Amino acid sequence: MSIVIFVPGDSVSLALSADDIASVILKEAAKRDITVTVVRNGSRGMLWLEPLIEVQTAGGRMAYGPVQPDDIPSLFDADFLHGGAHPLSLGLTEESPYLKNQQRLTFARVGITDPLSLNDYLVHGGYQGLRAALTLPPAAIVQQVTDSGLRGRGGAAFPTGIKWNTVLKTESTQKYIVCNADEGDSGTFADRMLMEGDPFVLIEGMTIAALAVGATQGYIYVRSEYPHAITALNKAIAIAREAGYLGTDISGSGQNFELEVRKAAGAYVCGEETAMLESIEGRRGIVRAKPPLPAIAGLFGKPTVINNVISLATVPLILARGADFYKNYGMGRSRGTLPFQLAGNIKQGGLIEAAFGVTLRELMYDFGGGSSTGRAIKAVQVGGPLGTYLPESQWDTPMDYEAYTNLGAVLGHGGIVVHDDTADLAKLARYAMEFCAIESCGKCTPCRIGAVRGVEVMDKIIAGQTAQVDLLRDLCDTMLHGSMCAMGGMTPYPVLSALNHFPKDFGIAIKDAKDTANY
Amino acid sequence: MNSTHHPEKIAALIATHQQRPGALLPMLHAIQEMAGFIPPESVAAIAAALNLSRAEVHGVITFYHFFRSAPPARHQIQICCAESCQSMGSEQLYKHAELTAGADCSVQAVYCLGLCANSPAMMVDDTLHARVTPAKFDNLINKIANKS
Repeated sequence: MSIVIFVPGDSVSLALSADDIASVILKEAAKRDITVTVVRNGSRGMLWLEPLIEVQTAGGRMAYGPVQPDDIPSLFDADFLHGGAHPLSLGLTEESPYLKNQQRLTFARVGITDPLSLNDYLVHGGYQGLRAALTLPPAAIVQQVTDSGLRGRGGAAFPTGIKWNTVLKTESTQKYIVCNADEGDSGTFADRMLMEGDPFVLIEGMTIAALAVGATQGYIYVRSEYPHAITALNKAIAIAREAGYLGTDISGSGQNFELEVRKAAGAYVCGEETAMLESIEGRRGIVRAKPPLPAIAGLFGKPTVINNVISLATVPLILARGADFYKNYGMGRSRGTLPFQLAGNIKQGGLIEAAFGVTLRELMYDFGGGSSTGRAIKAVQVGGPLGTYLPESQWDTPMDYEAYTNLGAVLGHGGIVVHDDTADLAKLARYAMEFCAIESCGKCTPCRIGAVRGVEVMDKIIAGQTAQVDLLRDLCDTMLHGSMCAMGGMTPYPVLSALNHFPKDFGIAIKDAKDTANY
Repeated sequence: MNSTHHPEKIAALIATHQQRPGALLPMLHAIQEMAGFIPPESVAAIAAALNLSRAEVHGVITFYHFFRSAPPARHQIQICCAESCQSMGSEQLYKHAELTAGADCSVQAVYCLGLCANSPAMMVDDTLHARVTPAKFDNLINKIANKS
């Protein structure tokens, strides 16, 4: 019988020679006259161990990593095909504490199945959510999502069910479902891992959304920097259509739903929902004024559900297991789980899906094992380039939307970027302004001009003109309150948190910094 | 990569995408994929097909970082310079790349390739690379130079 070997086809592994590994395994097996089947699975999310290959044995899947093509002959010599010991042995994958201590709900299948095998998907619980949805009237589907407490995982944390209800209640001959897969935040890769590792679950989630609100057309707007995700989605959409899960008369229900991938073109601001709609419509990604809400007048002026990849990919589970099942995870008003992405200067970076309430310290030390360089961790940016830098005094706050709001911070899309004690927070604050200046859509003045002035002011501060700090605060105040969207409106978060918590890096004494500290 | 203007091929791509809702971005992607860039000579035809002004099409091409209006270098080296990669030395890597990459390579900063737990990351043409050190960079560039 053929032995099954899993070699991830996820971008991280591909960037670390996984294709070569797969072909060397096949060659080596042929040389030794052994029949093996190589499955290109998604990533388990233990990214410091990638490429992490697994062998299916009678006792479970045995992991080896990080593997390089040169290691393959010695792995065969060690009889890894039957779980033999080798310096790269990691034991049973499922027994890894990194995975065991997570609550994998949305990512239940990622890394386990062949992402493009519909059969694998069905065997592992796929399309049970859609089956349940097909027995319910639209309002009842929306109610399930509302009751689950699911909030937008893109970063804004708006209750998904309430958004859907607005679209459901708005009369129109045409409605749309748009998935925002423009995951531009540094330190985030959950959307990418999910699209590459389990594309069917996103398709299923969007199909359920379509049934819930009466939409017939969906778009997935994916960054051009994610070519492998685009390929995986296009293939999965074709397979789902062939099997009757997309197109006309979905699973014999009489409902139609078409789905199309739209490739973005490298503008960070297109992650803002209205800029994204402009982009899909074929224009520059300029932010629209709200109201009207996209739920009432969105894509091509029609009612549109816009959700992040993770929000939509969580819906099938909620429909399959019930709202209560999902709601039982989490704390306060933050229900369920968030896929945290541990990145930057960290020893054991990767994807950790955990219920809300876990702390940054647990993620960075219990999972992450401290910094990659072995130096002390100085600052952690949570929630992408527009997120706050948190000093050690804030690492024990439970990760919950409201608790973070109270700190003046955001959870955002769950990205965590760790910096060791060599980091210069004044330089990082300057970078935040520079990034905003590069990526601003240009529509509103506080963002377009404020960011450019921000870089200039930071240059002066770095050059020793510390009196400019007052001007920096004024500028941040204008950007915070005067910008049209989060691009300009949140750029002050990293800047002010860096200033308030790490004033020494700005060349000012601590007592000055705390005077007006809110962040 | 072909650097000449291909009016017939571009006309065919325009015709393929013209009727799609929000056709402009898919059309531009198709043209750039074929020609390596969006030839400025093609802007008038794109605008006419979509009932837009040339200014609108030009505005879209220049708004998005991904689209190019001139033929690219033979090899595209994109180095991620966002926060996560900065925390692992992408700034030094970028400087190293600028100094050492040959004339047939263009070195650009990009902001996030989504390999943030394996920083610093870069993309050479269509291939991703993670945990890139200056030494690993030199190896890759030598391989490219030997191939071409």
